[in-house]
Amino acid sequence: MVTCLHHYIGNDKRHKSSLGSQTGLMSVSASDSVDDAGIRRRLRRQAASITVAVAPFGIVFGASAATAGLRLFEAVGYSVFVFAGSAQFAAVEILGDGGSAASAAIAGLLLNVRSLAFGVIMAPALTGAFWQRALMSQLMIDEATAVGVAAVEKRHRRYGYLVGGLGVFVVWNLTTVLGFVVFSNAGDLIVDLGLDVAGPAAFLALLWPRLADRRQLATAAAGAAIAVALVPFTPAGVPILASMLGVGAAGLVATSSVNEDSSESESAA
Amino acid sequence: MSDALIVLVVLAAGTYVLKAAGPLALGNRRLPVRLQSLVDLLPAALLASLAIVSTVGDGPAVTLDARLVGLVFAGVALWRRAPFVIVIVVASAATAAVRVFN
Repeated sequence: MVTCLHHYIGNDKRHKSSLGSQTGLMSVSASDSVDDAGIRRRLRRQAASITVAVAPFGIVFGASAATAGLRLFEAVGYSVFVFAGSAQFAAVEILGDGGSAASAAIAGLLLNVRSLAFGVIMAPALTGAFWQRALMSQLMIDEATAVGVAAVEKRHRRYGYLVGGLGVFVVWNLTTVLGFVVFSNAGDLIVDLGLDVAGPAAFLALLWPRLADRRQLATAAAGAAIAVALVPFTPAGVPILASMLGVGAAGLVATSSVNEDSSESESAA
Repeated sequence: MSDALIVLVVLAAGTYVLKAAGPLALGNRRLPVRLQSLVDLLPAALLASLAIVSTVGDGPAVTLDARLVGLVFAGVALWRRAPFVIVIVVASAATAAVRVFN
């Protein structure tokens, strides 16, 4: 299981690089000269690893939903209809801290802007009738995209995406119920077992692979600093929003200056 | 409707639009480079601020308590390349231990 979980982290990195360049990820999986059944078997194995890694996260989500005062059908509603781990966490965390509905929804949506990019990457592999594409899109999460882009051919990308997405969907919902039911009647138990730090630790674990990159590290540090500085002065949820808006604005300025630099050097050459 | 239910409806609808926009509308077109690099950076700021705010935030106050010890242990576990599950267990156990000894 340990290697399985390392696999998950590895996939996360691979999939991040795929945002940058399509060719980079092609070279990662260029050794796929195995037969069709073998490729599909490997994709199923990757999907299973990711599904296992997601399970404790689902339990923690169920437990935090219970702690934040949600009802069971609401918690399951988040896992079925929102179905985006970090956004669910963010929204429930903000609600639990007494934040407004607007700040919870906006934080969750900002966190999901990345699924727009996933959709663009996966679109060529997710062809079919409108209703089929509409249905498949609900599985557009980090894990499904990670398994999908690990394959080369479109049909294998589609297969990996669907197997990974469906596996996580089932386990995520089961563990949401488990976490909610087991821990909702024992709020003290969450504190006694230190599970209130499981959420922050999970965020740090999701963030970790990004920190190897300098720009990502700088972005994370700036975001954290802005957020902590604003905690005493603003309502719950605002520090997180402000850190994204601040860093986003700085990022736009930085990338536009980079673009100008590159266009200048191009014209010079 | 409770706040949780309102957020559920808005977040589910908005998230679905973001998820489905590519497959349903954009087809093979790509995001502009500037937007793409921003989309790649924003989660770092958000994940970092979520991690730190839920660690030191205590209503409107900043409190350094057993949770921070747990987060530091999580960082050490990640640095030692521990898998996801172990990171969570180590962080929780460290926090629980500090609370027992206080």
